[in-house]
Amino acid sequence: MSLSFLIRRLLGAIPLLFGISLVLFTIIHLAPGGPLDVYADNPSVSAEALDQIRARYGLDDPVPIQYVKWLSAMVVGDWGLSIRTGRPVLDEIVLRLGPTLLLGGISMALAFCLALPLGVISAARRGSRLDEAVTLGAFAGISLPVFWSALLLQLIFSIWLGWLPSAGMKSVGDGSLSDRLLHLIMPVTVLSLATIASWSRYIRSGMIDVLGQDYIRTAYAKGRRETAVIALHALRNAMIPAVTVIAIDFVTIISGAVITETVFAWPGIGRLFIESMNGRDYPMLMGLMMMGSVGVVLANIIADLAYAALDPRIRHG
Amino acid sequence: MSAKLLDIRDLVVEFRTEAGLLRAVKGVDLSIAAGETLALVGESGSGKSVTSLSTMRLIPEGVGRIAGGEILFRGRDGTVRDLVHLPGREMAGIRGSEIAMVFQEPMTSLNPAHRIGAQIAEAARLHEGLGRKAARARAVEMLKLVDIPEPERRAEAYPHQLSGGMRQRVMIAIALVCNPTLLIADEPTTALDSTVQLQILVLLRRLQDELGMAILFITHNLGVVAEIADRVAVMYGGRIVEDAPMAEILTAPRHPYTRGLLASVPRTDHAARAAGRRDRLQAIPGSMVDPLKPPPGCDFAPRCAWAQEACTAAVPVLEGVASGHHARCRRWREIV
Repeated sequence: MSLSFLIRRLLGAIPLLFGISLVLFTIIHLAPGGPLDVYADNPSVSAEALDQIRARYGLDDPVPIQYVKWLSAMVVGDWGLSIRTGRPVLDEIVLRLGPTLLLGGISMALAFCLALPLGVISAARRGSRLDEAVTLGAFAGISLPVFWSALLLQLIFSIWLGWLPSAGMKSVGDGSLSDRLLHLIMPVTVLSLATIASWSRYIRSGMIDVLGQDYIRTAYAKGRRETAVIALHALRNAMIPAVTVIAIDFVTIISGAVITETVFAWPGIGRLFIESMNGRDYPMLMGLMMMGSVGVVLANIIADLAYAALDPRIRHG
Repeated sequence: MSAKLLDIRDLVVEFRTEAGLLRAVKGVDLSIAAGETLALVGESGSGKSVTSLSTMRLIPEGVGRIAGGEILFRGRDGTVRDLVHLPGREMAGIRGSEIAMVFQEPMTSLNPAHRIGAQIAEAARLHEGLGRKAARARAVEMLKLVDIPEPERRAEAYPHQLSGGMRQRVMIAIALVCNPTLLIADEPTTALDSTVQLQILVLLRRLQDELGMAILFITHNLGVVAEIADRVAVMYGGRIVEDAPMAEILTAPRHPYTRGLLASVPRTDHAARAAGRRDRLQAIPGSMVDPLKPPPGCDFAPRCAWAQEACTAAVPVLEGVASGHHARCRRWREIV
C-alpha cells in the first residue's frame, strides 16, 4: 500500500465513472416523459414556445449528441442549468448539501457510537439475554420500513404528544440552536435506527469471528482480562470486515436519504433528487447521480485505505 | 528437587455438548517439581490439552468447566494456592507472569495487527509495569534469547513477515518474558517441519537450563519426549494410564497403550536403539474412545491385545510398579 497504489486507484476510477455516466444518461432518457411535460397541459404555454425551450436546452438533439455535449461541459466543471429552476445545477446542489451533511453526519456518528458497543457486547456475551435483545432489536430495525417508522414517530411525537416539530429544519421566524436541534431529533432517529441495526450485526459477526481466534487465547494467557483483550486485541481485527459496509453506507446517506428527507420535508439532496425526478430535470439528475457515483467510488478507495491502516498484512502484502 | 511446584489432584473437567455432557478429564493426578520437565503424552482427545488449559483456567466459560479436584500451585512468594477456586483477577495475575503457555499453532497464535516487539513486551508491561522504552529493550533482549537474528529489526516486524519456526520462537519469547516458574508447552512443535521441531526442542532445553523454569510439555509424539522430558505421564481417555521417569517409559513400559505408542513412533535416536526397537512401525488398532460413550471398565480394553474379560468389569487403578513408576493396567506384571 503506497502512494502509487492510491494514484493507480484514482486513475482507475476515471474510466469507471465515464461508464457510469453513460449508463445513467441512457437510463434517464429511456424513462417516459420529459422535462417539458409539466407545461403540456398549461394553456398559456404555446407549442411554439415549447419548441423554443426544447431547442434552447438542446433537448431536440439526438440523445448521443446530448450526452457528448453534457459530458464535454461536465468535465470542465459546467454542470449545466436546472431545467426546472433555471439555476446552475452546481449551485442548487451546494445549497442542499449542507442540510444533508448535517442530518447524515449526525446520524452516522450516532449510529457508529451506538452500533459499536452494541455489536461488541452482544458478541462478547453471545447467547445471553442481552445478545438476544440486541439481535431482536437489530432485526426489527432492519425490517421496519423507514417511511413507516418516520410516520409513526410523527404521529406519536408531533400529533399526539406535540413535543416535536413534524417537519422542516427550523420553525419559521425561529432558527435558534434549540429549535434546530428539536427539528433534528426525529429525522436523525429514523435515519440512524436502520443503520445502527445493520452495523451492529456486522460488528457482532466480525467480533465473534475474532474472539474465536488463537491470538485471543494468547492474550488471555498473557494475563489480560476480558475488557483489555477486546479493546487491545479483538476490536481492530474485528472492524476490518465492517469497514466496507460503513464506508458505503456513509456515502449512501450523504448522497441523500430520499425517504427520510421527503417525509420530514428536510431541504436536502434526497428531496432535491425526488423533485428533479418528478420534473425529469435531466441536468440536475445527472449532477446528483454523478456526485453519488463519485462518492461511492471514493468510499471504496477510502475503505481500502482503512483496511491497510487496520491490517498490516494488506499494508505490506 | 524441592517441593512440588504444581500439584494437580483428581482433576475432573466436563464439557457441555449438544450430544450431552462430555467428561474430558476424569480424575487426573499430576505433579511437577520446580525446574522439572514433565511430558504429558496422549492421542488427540486423550484430555492432555484440556488438562493444560485447565491449569491456566483457559477453558472457555459456558462451554466447559472444572467439575472437581484441585490445582495447587506454589507461587513465587511461597504460598500454595488452589487455582481452581482462585478469583478471576488473581488468576489473571498469575497467567503470563508465573505460569505461561506456548500453543500449538504459531501461525495463528500471534495477533496479526500488532508488531512482534509489542506482543512480546505486553505481559511485562502488564505484570511488571514496564514503560514503553524499557518494554522495547526487553522485547529485543527476549528475541536475542530465543536466537532470532537481527532482533532490533524483528521487533518492528509483523507476524506475517516471519516463518512458522520464527513465530514459535516469538511465542516462546512471549511466554518467558516475565520469567515464569512454570511453562506449559501445548504441542509446541507439532505444526512445524521436523528440522525446525528439533531446533525448538533444543532451544527449550537451553532456556530451561538458563532460566530454571519447570515445563509441562504436552505432546502426542513419544519421539519428542526423549529429547526433553525428565518424567512422562501417558494419558488415555481422560485418565493417566502410566507415569514414570523418561528412561523407564522408553525402555520398560508397563501399559499396553504406552507400548503401542512407542511402537507407532518412527525413531532413530539412541533411546530407541537402546530399547532394541528396529522392527517395523505398528499402528494401534481401533480409534480413541468416544468420550460420550466410554466403554465399561478399562478405556483401552477394546483396542488392547492383552485385554481379558475382567478388564471390562471395572476401571483399573493406578498401581505402583517401581519407585516413581505407576501403571493403570491389571496385567502390568505380565507386560515386560
